[in-house]
Amino acid sequence: MNKIMVNLKDVSFNYHTLEGETEALKNISFDVYEGEFVGIIGPSGCGKSTLLSIISGLLKPSYGSVEVNGKIGYMLQKDHLFEWRNIWQNALLGLEIQKSLTEESKKYVEGLLVKYGLGEFKNHYPNQLSGGMRQRAALIRTLALKPDILLLDEAFSALDYQTRLAISDEVYKILKYEQKTAVIVTHDISEAISMCNRIVVLSNRPAHVKKIYDIVLTCEDRTPIGCRKAPEFREYFNSIWKELDVHV
Amino acid sequence: MYEAATPHISKEHREFLKKVKRKNVLIRVTQFALLIVFFATWEIVARYKIVDPFLVSQPSRMLKTMMILSQNGSLFMHIWVTLSETIIGFTLGTVIGMIIAILLWWSDFLSKVAEPYLVVLNSLPKIALGPIFIVWMGNGEAPIITMALAISLIVTIISLQTGFKEVDDEKIKLLKTFGATKMQILTKCILPASIPTIISAIKINIGLSWVGVITGEFLVSKAGLGYLIVYGGQIFKLDLVMTSVLILSILSALMYIFIVYLEKKLIRWR
Repeated sequence: MNKIMVNLKDVSFNYHTLEGETEALKNISFDVYEGEFVGIIGPSGCGKSTLLSIISGLLKPSYGSVEVNGKIGYMLQKDHLFEWRNIWQNALLGLEIQKSLTEESKKYVEGLLVKYGLGEFKNHYPNQLSGGMRQRAALIRTLALKPDILLLDEAFSALDYQTRLAISDEVYKILKYEQKTAVIVTHDISEAISMCNRIVVLSNRPAHVKKIYDIVLTCEDRTPIGCRKAPEFREYFNSIWKELDVHV
Repeated sequence: MYEAATPHISKEHREFLKKVKRKNVLIRVTQFALLIVFFATWEIVARYKIVDPFLVSQPSRMLKTMMILSQNGSLFMHIWVTLSETIIGFTLGTVIGMIIAILLWWSDFLSKVAEPYLVVLNSLPKIALGPIFIVWMGNGEAPIITMALAISLIVTIISLQTGFKEVDDEKIKLLKTFGATKMQILTKCILPASIPTIISAIKINIGLSWVGVITGEFLVSKAGLGYLIVYGGQIFKLDLVMTSVLILSILSALMYIFIVYLEKKLIRWR
């Protein structure tokens, strides 16, 4: 078996407000292995983002333990490129914060920008770029720190549908190429099936693990867009849809 | 902006550009015409005694007053006194306001404690403090500058504090995922993201500093444009009053233009 990168054991999390205590997560346990893409899917407001914040160490779990073997990179819902910095300065932001700006790390970022088609846009400001390019720049800003595990928190949800398909395909390829492990939070069932090796389905609040799907698709072209043609795709979709039990 | 340099623009586009340009020229011309008509009317109605030039003065007499004052050098002295007081008051208000706003952003506790005091100080008419400043600081420039500071400081603190709070929490979260310290969040995100807020606070501040300085000079002064206005009013020399007001409006406009220029330099990324 591959190396365990993230190990969650009976993780619970409670929010405290003046009105009282809200249970957000309850006894969540699962592992993420090296090179694996794990999707986390669940009803909106169930605490998916909280779970990512716990894995990244931004929040401490109320109970249970979190073990992470490796450096974590975080991708938020929007690209959050700083409007007052050009693409180059944005890409270096994380390195700047961690005071690890060296000739070598700069060269690495420069290489990433060139490799992923932003080399000529180094001196452009974010508002001069398309949504897809901005997302790529945000990804490079994260990759600049050479993380082992990437946490994607609805990272594509701010994009329109076509861009979103294209970008998730692109990000998938980049992450596979750079041999990263990823935990992907999404509310889009198709996106989860097409990108992930496993999908953790969470329940309503307090969220617990309802079911974990191993996604095995028979398709020649193992990319998110290629995968959507796989015969099993619909079965997974229907099964997860039922599991989510959405009532409006 | 418009790619006017490219040789092959369509006829339709050229027409469009021409139309935009014509409109802009028309706006400028009308603005100037309005100014000229205003002063010309003023001059004429005063000259033909339709209104009493003793009460409303007259552009030609204002010009004469300006000449006399500038010949004995006192005009520039008065301008300089008011201008320097305003610049000092404005700079102090902006810098101190910024420092206090940063402290309040830094400490939530401090900000909560300060809140009612800020609200009361903000609604208090600061001019009421004038006599106190005079008693404490004498009749020099100090109480005037303090007045300008008092009027602009609280507004600066409140508007900057609101601006700092409006910075997207997700941007701060992003920095936290990189492991940023509070100081880094301040310098890398809060301050640069607030540059538009800071500029608008500065714009308001300039106006308020003028108000503070002129009120200060009304209360106590030996020189300055505010002094000229009060003095002119007391001896019924409306020429002097109107001239000073005119110079004042030109000065404040120039200062405002300077800030707009600064804004363009600072916010290139817009």
